[in-house]
Amino acid sequence: MKKRQLAGWMFAGPALIAIAVFFVVPVAAALLMSLTDFDIYALADLRNLRFVGLDNYTALLANALFWQALWNTVIFVVLGVPLSIAASLGTALLLHSKFTRWQGFFRTALFAPVVTTLVAVAVVWRYLFHTRYGLLNHALGAFGVSPIDWLGDPAWAMPAIVVLSVWKNFGYNMVILLAALQAIPEDLYEAARLDGARRWALLRHITLPGLAPMLLVVGILTMAGHFQLFAEPYVMTQGGPAQRTVTVLYLMYEEGFKWWSLGSASAVAFILFVIMFAITLLQLHVSRRAGTT
Amino acid sequence: MAAESARPDMPWTRRAWLGAAGAATLGAAGCARADGRLRFWAMGREGEVLAELLRDFERERPDIRVQVEQLPWSAAHEKLLTAFAGDATPDLAQMGNTWLPEMVALGALEPLDALVSGADGGSGGTSIDAQDYFGGIWDTNLIDGRLYGVPWYVDTRLLFYRRDLLTRAGFEAPPQDWPQWLQMMQGIKRVVGPDKFAVLLPLNEYDPLVALSLQQGEPLLRDGGRYGNFRGAGFRRTLDFYLSLYQQRLAPPASSNEIANVWNEFARGYFSFYITGPWNIGEFRRRLPAELQGAWATAPLPGPAGPGASIAGGSSLALFAKSRRKQDAWALVSYLSRPAVQQRFRELTGNLPPRRAAWEDAALKADVHSQAFRDQLERVRAVPKVPEWERIATELRVVLEQVIHGKLRAAETPSEMDRRADLILAKRRWMLDRTSTRRAAA
Repeated sequence: MKKRQLAGWMFAGPALIAIAVFFVVPVAAALLMSLTDFDIYALADLRNLRFVGLDNYTALLANALFWQALWNTVIFVVLGVPLSIAASLGTALLLHSKFTRWQGFFRTALFAPVVTTLVAVAVVWRYLFHTRYGLLNHALGAFGVSPIDWLGDPAWAMPAIVVLSVWKNFGYNMVILLAALQAIPEDLYEAARLDGARRWALLRHITLPGLAPMLLVVGILTMAGHFQLFAEPYVMTQGGPAQRTVTVLYLMYEEGFKWWSLGSASAVAFILFVIMFAITLLQLHVSRRAGTT
Repeated sequence: MAAESARPDMPWTRRAWLGAAGAATLGAAGCARADGRLRFWAMGREGEVLAELLRDFERERPDIRVQVEQLPWSAAHEKLLTAFAGDATPDLAQMGNTWLPEMVALGALEPLDALVSGADGGSGGTSIDAQDYFGGIWDTNLIDGRLYGVPWYVDTRLLFYRRDLLTRAGFEAPPQDWPQWLQMMQGIKRVVGPDKFAVLLPLNEYDPLVALSLQQGEPLLRDGGRYGNFRGAGFRRTLDFYLSLYQQRLAPPASSNEIANVWNEFARGYFSFYITGPWNIGEFRRRLPAELQGAWATAPLPGPAGPGASIAGGSSLALFAKSRRKQDAWALVSYLSRPAVQQRFRELTGNLPPRRAAWEDAALKADVHSQAFRDQLERVRAVPKVPEWERIATELRVVLEQVIHGKLRAAETPSEMDRRADLILAKRRWMLDRTSTRRAAA
């Protein structure tokens, strides 16, 4: 028995060591750092480092910009996650349909935004969003909507980022859902059709339950990804206008890598971690209960 | 490699800290030590053209081989800091002059006073004459009275304007002071109509506001950089003037992200005045349509009463304290500071030289657009020389944007700016107080 235990540890060992070195140690060090005021002066001389306890956390909680960033992130998640999954699911269903022609072409075309460089895409989108010459406002103008200052109006900047992000990322989930759709056995549909089920009933009682486990995974991953929004505002708006597109991760980047307040940046990272962890647990809990009933 | 050569006075825990921040990988990039070669870090375009300039230097000094490492501007600041943390600083580097206070706070740079005065024997005849440099530019390299860099090229902000639209509004010459400037902007606004503007002051840039604030002759930070001085009468005057330009709809309440292409908009007459830097001379020539090439001009920045000051920006050459080859590095700095070499450098990059002798160049004298810069350079001032300045300036911009978007009342602006600056300077105050008590104890 002992020997077998040892063998087990030896098999798991390399992986555990890797996890310890690349995950546990850095996380512990970052946690410690979040309790100090590590900054440029401390970099010069460690005697300038002060242990500040939870001061970084209390300062953050008292900082209006932190709450603004959290609020911005929540708006992005609440708008972006459902839209993104709906777009992925919708396109996956369309692509999976037997009546769709040129499936290979559409699959590639819809997946293309995922593999394009965001920086290049941002240039194009900046023109699409342009108040006076943008295609988007031009199209809205056809319906009599007056021009929207997408990237300049504090109220519209985050929705603009959501649109860009949904367009950029839905293809990824689409491919995953497409694979899951193909795994649903055809005989289930056949049997249901024999029982007289229509298209809507098929979708509700066969397709969606069949997709449920994958939708949960996609939901958790998408949400985790959306909470870490950084690149889109970084290239499109640099956090502006009026800091409406500063996200939690963007705040962390500015604190840590722009201003070198690494203590405060670590604190931001931990708060984000706690929030995401809590929401993922909640999601799992809800889905488990939904699964049992 | 660099990891083994840790100084005894630098505990290895610092490296552990940085490793935790994930910065160690960046620092390790500096491990590639050139054997016997002088390591010189340069940024962007300057890094590209250096090979051309160094050919002659290496012919003159065959005993020195130089290895230029190019850094992109966007990563340069981070790279310098991580190089310092990882003990991998080069022998010398190009450095934005506003970065000097930070690098000096780190103790990364070598004071150059002795080298410049030539008191330090072996330099072999220096060509650096402090009096020949524009005073404001030279001053940016002096921190607490000591010299840490030699200006390499200059960068300041002044007016680029549409001469044709100014003429249509009834004015022949560019403005000398704020009242004239305001009058001209109002005149232009009448000509171009309500959909267009007179001046572009992008909400995502702090330089125009800082330039106009430096004109007041009051320091922007008080008590040796311990507190913000934005409640001072001088700054208030600038702020009132600046805000009035948005209130009168002379400036669009927009960031440059929304403008998308400033050159197209300038060509369309969306705005007629633009406060920007020397790199835009080349951009305007390249990007504006041919029929507009005679219609734009540059002018020194108008001040509250008569020609005003602007920002003393640019890059300096600095030596690192850890370098073992300071004499060689200094020889290279001296070479690059020669007026003839600076003229060649300007031809290659378009960068404007920091010393008056280099402006005696026929090509530069014939360049009308650069001449306004020559004039402005006699009136440039350094931004506050504290490591926190860029962060404070960014906060000024953020507060200003809130006022423009109506989220903060104009009357509360100066105290809000002071509040934010004081918060950022808290650690600096603690440091300064600690050093002074320690000195008192000793």
